Amino acid sequence: MMLQLKFDPKTVKKPIISLATLEASALLNIIRASVGPREGELVVEVEEGKAEKVVEVLKSYGVEVHSIKKAVERDEEKCVHCGACISICPVEAIGFDDEKRVVVNTTKCIHCGSCVNVCPMKALALP
Amino acid sequence: MKSIKEINQKIREGNICVVTASEMKDLVSELGVEKAAKEVDVVTTGTFGAMCSSGVFMNFGHSDPPIRMQRVWLNDVEAYTGIAAVDAYLGVTQLSEKSEEYGGAHVIEELVRGKEVTLRAISKGTDCYPRKEIVTEISLEDINQAEMVNPRNAYQRYKAATNSSNQILRTYMGTLLPNFGNVSFAGCGEISPLNNDPDYRTIGVGTRIFLCGAKGYVIGEGSQHCPPYGTLMVKGNLKEMKPEFMRAAVFPGYGVTMYVGIGIPIPVLDAEMAKATAIRDEEIWTEIIDFGVARRERPVIKRVNYAELKSGKVEINGEEVRVSPLSSIYMAEKIMKELKRQIEAGEFFLSAPVERISKDCVLKPMRLKEVKLVRSVMTPAITVEPETSVEEASKIMIQKGINHIPVVKEGRLVGIITSWDVAKAVAMKKVGRVAEVMTRKVITTMPDEPVEIAARKMEKHDISALPVVDAKRRVVGMVTSEDLSKLLAR
Ligand code: SF4
Ligand code: SF4
Repeated sequence: MMLQLKFDPKTVKKPIISLATLEASALLNIIRASVGPREGELVVEVEEGKAEKVVEVLKSYGVEVHSIKKAVERDEEKCVHCGACISICPVEAIGFDDEKRVVVNTTKCIHCGSCVNVCPMKALALP
Repeated sequence: MKSIKEINQKIREGNICVVTASEMKDLVSELGVEKAAKEVDVVTTGTFGAMCSSGVFMNFGHSDPPIRMQRVWLNDVEAYTGIAAVDAYLGVTQLSEKSEEYGGAHVIEELVRGKEVTLRAISKGTDCYPRKEIVTEISLEDINQAEMVNPRNAYQRYKAATNSSNQILRTYMGTLLPNFGNVSFAGCGEISPLNNDPDYRTIGVGTRIFLCGAKGYVIGEGSQHCPPYGTLMVKGNLKEMKPEFMRAAVFPGYGVTMYVGIGIPIPVLDAEMAKATAIRDEEIWTEIIDFGVARRERPVIKRVNYAELKSGKVEINGEEVRVSPLSSIYMAEKIMKELKRQIEAGEFFLSAPVERISKDCVLKPMRLKEVKLVRSVMTPAITVEPETSVEEASKIMIQKGINHIPVVKEGRLVGIITSWDVAKAVAMKKVGRVAEVMTRKVITTMPDEPVEIAARKMEKHDISALPVVDAKRRVVGMVTSEDLSKLLAR
C-alpha cells in the first residue's frame, strides 16, 4: 500500500526511512520524494502485511503519515482523450478502452505524478 | 457516377446513405469497391488535434469617441492590429503577458463558452480617431464579426517524435522522455479527412466542412502544404462554434495551442472515391524523427505506419517503446458521427470545390544568410588530467584568464573543473587532485553544431562554457557564453 509521509524541520534531519526499515523489518520503496532543508514529503510503497508496523514506527519518530487510497484523478470534463499521458506512465496504468477513451487503471497507479505534468488540458491531479 | 447535386438532392429527400470513415473501411472490405460506391453516398471524416496555426479575426465595433486600436489585448493576450481601426486577429498560441499558461486559445474558448473578456486598447490618437485608450468587457455577442481563420489545419499525416538525448524534452509534440523513452504522434490516420481524398478531388477551395461545431469552409491549401503531408486553410464563424469541439491546451514547457475539431464529408462520386475512402492505417506511412537533435533536418529514426503507431508500441533499436497519440481519436469519431447525423437530418449539404488545391509540395526552408557553427567561434582548449593537482589547475586558470578546464584522460573527456569548483575545494580544504572536485557529467557541443544550439544548452543548464568534442569525445576546443554573445549580438 501507498503511504504519504510528511516531515517537519525536526524529523527531516533523522534517517527515519532506514530506521523504519530496520525496526519494522519491511522494505520501503520510495515512489516520490521532495526533501528540503526544513521539510520533506515522501510517498512510499510498503507490503500490505507490514504496513501497520511501518506506520507505527514512523509515527513514533514524529512523522505525519497518511495512507493514499485513491489513484490519480482524471477530470472527465477537461479530458479530450488525446492520450498524451499514456506513454509517460512508468507502470502502464493508463490506456484506451474499446471506444478510444482514456482510462486510468486505479489499482496500478503508483502516484508518481508524471502524467499530471504532461496533460495539455490539466485534466489530471493527484488527490 | 454520382454528382454532388444528386447527393444533395438525396439529403433533401431524406434517403441519403452516410457512413463514417471507420465504417467505410469494413464496408468496402465486405462489399467491394464497386458495390460500396453504389450504396454509400457520403463518408464523414474527422480529426481533433492541436492546431497551432489557428486564430480569429474580430471586429469590435466603434466606441464613442472612436479609437484606432494600435495595440489591443484580450485578457492580457495581445491581438494583431496591423489592419483596420477596430479589426484584430487573435492567434491561439499568443501568450498572455501575465501568465505562461494562458493564451489566445483560452480567450477564444472563453468567448465561445459565453464568458466576458477584458478588452484593453491603446492608440496615439488621430483627427478621425481621437481616443487614446479604452478598457471594457466584451462577450461574443457584443462583437460584430468573429471569424475563425486558420492558416494551417487538418494535417494529413505528421512526423512522429522521439528523443535520443539523455534529457527530457518538452516540445510541441508533448513530453519526450530521454533515451527513446517514448514516441508521440499526431494525426488521426485512416479517418483523417485528407487521407480519404489523397488526390484532393473533393476537398478543395469552397468545400463546406464542420469546424468546431460550426459550418465552415476550406479556403485553400494550408501553409506548409506538402502532399502527402497535406494541410488546409479553413474558416468558420466563431459565433456558431461549440465548446465541446474545441479546447485550449497548454503543452508544458512549450506553450499554448488549441485543439481544433474538423469534420469533412467526402462524396463517394465513383468507385475511385470508394477506394480512396477505404484507406487503412497500414497504408499511411510517416517517419519517427529524433527531437534529441534540435536541427531543421532531424534524423529519421524509422519509417512507421499509423497502424503501428496506434497499436501503442513501436520497436526502436530492438526495444519496445510506448507511443502516445496527441490527437484524440475518440473526439474525431464523435465529430464524424455528428457530421453524419447532420447530413442525415438534412442540416448539412455538400459543396463542390470551386478550385482544386495543389498536389505538389512547395516547402522551402528558410533562407539564412549563413548558419554559424561552433567551429567558427571555438577557441583552443587547455586541458588538465584527473591526476593534476587542484593548485596547478587554479594556476592555469589565473594565468590564462579562464574559468573552465576540461579534464581529459587518455585523450578522452572525463570531466570539467571550473573556478567555482576550485573555490569550493579551497573553502572545504580539499585541495587534492582534480579528479576529486571535477564535475563528471559534462554538457558538450560539437564543431558542426549551430551556435544557437550551443547557446541554448548553456542557457538550459545555466552554465557558461562547453567543451567542444568530436565523435570520439576528444576535446577539440572550448566555447564560452562570452564568445557566443559577442557573435549573436551582432
Ligand atoms: S493527457 Fe490529459 S487530456 Fe490527454 S488523455 Fe491524458 S488526461 Fe486526457
Ligand atoms: S500518477 Fe504515475 S503511475 Fe499514476 S497514472 Fe500517472 S504516471 Fe501512471
